[in-house]
Amino acid sequence: MGVIYILIAVSIFVAVSFFIAFVYAVKTGQFEDSYTPSVRMLFEDEIVIKKTKTNK
Amino acid sequence: MVYEILNQSELSAYYTIDKKAGKRPEIIAGKYDYLDSDKITETLLEFTDDDLQIVNLYIPHIHCSSCIWVLENLSKLNANVMASQVNFPKKTVRITYKKQQFSLKELVVLLSSIGYEPYISLDNSEVKYNHKDHTLLIKLAVAGFAFGNIMFLSFPEYFEVSEHWLNQYKSFFRYIMLVFSVPVILYAAQDYFVSAYKGLKNKILNIDVPIALGMLVLFLRSAYEIITHTGQGFLDSLSGLVFFLLLGKFFQQKTYSFLSFERDYKSYFPIAVTRLIAGKEEGVAIHEIKKGNVLLIRNEELIPVDCLLLKGNANIDYSFVTGESDPVTKKIKDKLFAGGKQTAGVIEVEVLKSMSQSYLTQLWSNDAFQINKQDKLETITNKVSQYFTVVILSITFLTAVYWYFTDVSKIVNAVTAVLIVACPCAFALSAPFTLGNVIRILGKQKMYLKNTGVIESLSKITTVVFDKTGTLTQSQKSEIVYEGKQLSAQQMSYVKSILRGSNHPLSRIIYDTLNVPVFSVTHFEEKVGSGLLGEVRNETVKLGSASFVNTTTVIKNETAVYVQISGLNFGKFVVKNKYRIGIKKVFDSLYRQGCDIVILSGDNEGEKSYLQSITPSNTQLVFKKKPAEKLEFIKALQQKGKKVLMVGDGLNDAGALAQSNVGIAIAENVNVFSPACDAIIDASTFVYLPNLLKITKQSNVIIISSFIFSFLYNIIGLYFAITGNLSPIIAAILMPISSISIVVFVTIATSFLKFSNK
Repeated sequence: MGVIYILIAVSIFVAVSFFIAFVYAVKTGQFEDSYTPSVRMLFEDEIVIKKTKTNK
Repeated sequence: MVYEILNQSELSAYYTIDKKAGKRPEIIAGKYDYLDSDKITETLLEFTDDDLQIVNLYIPHIHCSSCIWVLENLSKLNANVMASQVNFPKKTVRITYKKQQFSLKELVVLLSSIGYEPYISLDNSEVKYNHKDHTLLIKLAVAGFAFGNIMFLSFPEYFEVSEHWLNQYKSFFRYIMLVFSVPVILYAAQDYFVSAYKGLKNKILNIDVPIALGMLVLFLRSAYEIITHTGQGFLDSLSGLVFFLLLGKFFQQKTYSFLSFERDYKSYFPIAVTRLIAGKEEGVAIHEIKKGNVLLIRNEELIPVDCLLLKGNANIDYSFVTGESDPVTKKIKDKLFAGGKQTAGVIEVEVLKSMSQSYLTQLWSNDAFQINKQDKLETITNKVSQYFTVVILSITFLTAVYWYFTDVSKIVNAVTAVLIVACPCAFALSAPFTLGNVIRILGKQKMYLKNTGVIESLSKITTVVFDKTGTLTQSQKSEIVYEGKQLSAQQMSYVKSILRGSNHPLSRIIYDTLNVPVFSVTHFEEKVGSGLLGEVRNETVKLGSASFVNTTTVIKNETAVYVQISGLNFGKFVVKNKYRIGIKKVFDSLYRQGCDIVILSGDNEGEKSYLQSITPSNTQLVFKKKPAEKLEFIKALQQKGKKVLMVGDGLNDAGALAQSNVGIAIAENVNVFSPACDAIIDASTFVYLPNLLKITKQSNVIIISSFIFSFLYNIIGLYFAITGNLSPIIAAILMPISSISIVVFVTIATSFLKFSNK
């Protein structure tokens, strides 16, 4: 049953890496503006469509 | 013009997205000349090197998704812009551009020409861009992370059946839990220990004292049990407790990042003005203006310091400072005070005092601006917790005495259990969740509160003080009434034709109200400070002040434009402040709620009789108060024991807003500017002001009833604790259930508030 030590170690390692990823995300300001990126994403598409239209 | 620029760059799709995007550009030539000076731009830039410059500009007009689109495509409008990124909630745009071919001034002009004029004020240069404080979020993450993992590791032991494999790993699991709980108690929970320590130092038993005590006991007892192999401890309850408490704090921390509640004169003042040295214009930072300098003030510019008029027509609008709505005409060698706005062309002035010594800025050295209202506030939670802590400590003591006589071996067990169970988690969550929810509800109704403390202060208000101009009256529209001999349609046309040539605000207002055709005018002349003169179809028309048309029937304290046609005095256009719709209702319902009403105006007494007719009989009407006097007036009321709510709008109310228990600023457009205050409400919701007071009172009732609720849980828990039967599983069940049920209760109760007040 020694495998339980490995399993626990692995699970804690996974959990801790997610935790570190979250802290990194907060520190780099990814939670500062949660609205604009959602809109920006839509406009990126729009511009592509516009360009193909003018090329025709 | 906006269309042309956009069309050139194939961005005309912009118009298909939102027809009303942006704002009409109003550019005054030379307005941004000061940005040529390196010294000034340096204070604005976020980053600069040989090739690149990065600037973060605040643009109040960002309001829709199209705005994001246009601003983020700036690089298509001008190749020198490398990247631009909008932060919509904050209404800022961060622009990176090539320094060699482009300058900050050109950038600002480009933005202005497409309708997104950045707002650059003295404030920008002083406060550097500061990142939001995220420590609470990280603490919450630590606690939540530990809570989840400890829960998961302690689960097997809840259903302990002495199975072989469980016994084998039990202590291994327990040590891991102990390791997880260390950052929780040392980092995530540190605010509670700090606050409890501060409270005790000031001899106040605040809510954090029993919380900190409970957490400490939980941790020490659990650590002891685990190290001595006598039990599994209560680490799951500990981390859960910290997690829920921090969640409450996080929920309470609702902020409106697009609003600023801390503005002072600095956000109104320009960052630089034009100085004249030997006839040459030069941009100079406001701080560097010295006594004796000669400044050039353009139309619509703010006078930054006290000064003397040297040249030009000064027609100064002091509504900013005094609340007086009519511009004042000044003669050469007259003194001009800081804060006035020039409205009639270019003037030259000589500086008398530097900025920090000017009349307006001295108001901010008043003590009222130094006190943090939050510190003075005694919250309902802390009030109750004083008694609560005393009761808990006596119960603990009695338990100790009881077990001392019955079974000494159980004394530590029972005493620690009492402290653990008594830890007022649910109790501490009631207020944050209730108030946090109320703030959100009010935010949806366009009433934005600075923090939750404001709700508690509002519920205690006894006196409501209103400013008049801009608060009770609408700041833009003025009502025009014609009095005197009836004008024929043709004569009205004459008047309108003359008015067309003038840019005076009164002329514009009257012009807009007359609905007749215009004729061509000859010999038109505008006499600054007196009136207009012109000939229409061979008839001489004179419009202006009483002395200009030689009338003797002058009524004091009235703003009127007199009409004379071919030497005959006809009558006058009286400009009245237009009051907001429904103010009588507001007064009546405030009166019914038992609030005293005071009207405190910087304006003259011209409207006294009208105000008397719409206010309840015990209303106090006070006129002609300067900003500093308004502050003193509020102070005097407070010394009489009143809790004062000040409702104002302009910079002239800033002192009163800061001094009052709660200062509410009314804004026609909440995105534009309002002075430092505790709450900003949209002008359209002004009529709901009594509802606001009502909601705050009801939220107090909700908090108190949830207190009773949480005490019931404490009593149940105490039963287990005193009898010495508190097992980890009971603690682990009781604690989350009490917290969650309180949160559910207050959420349902507050959303009920919302519906009953629609």
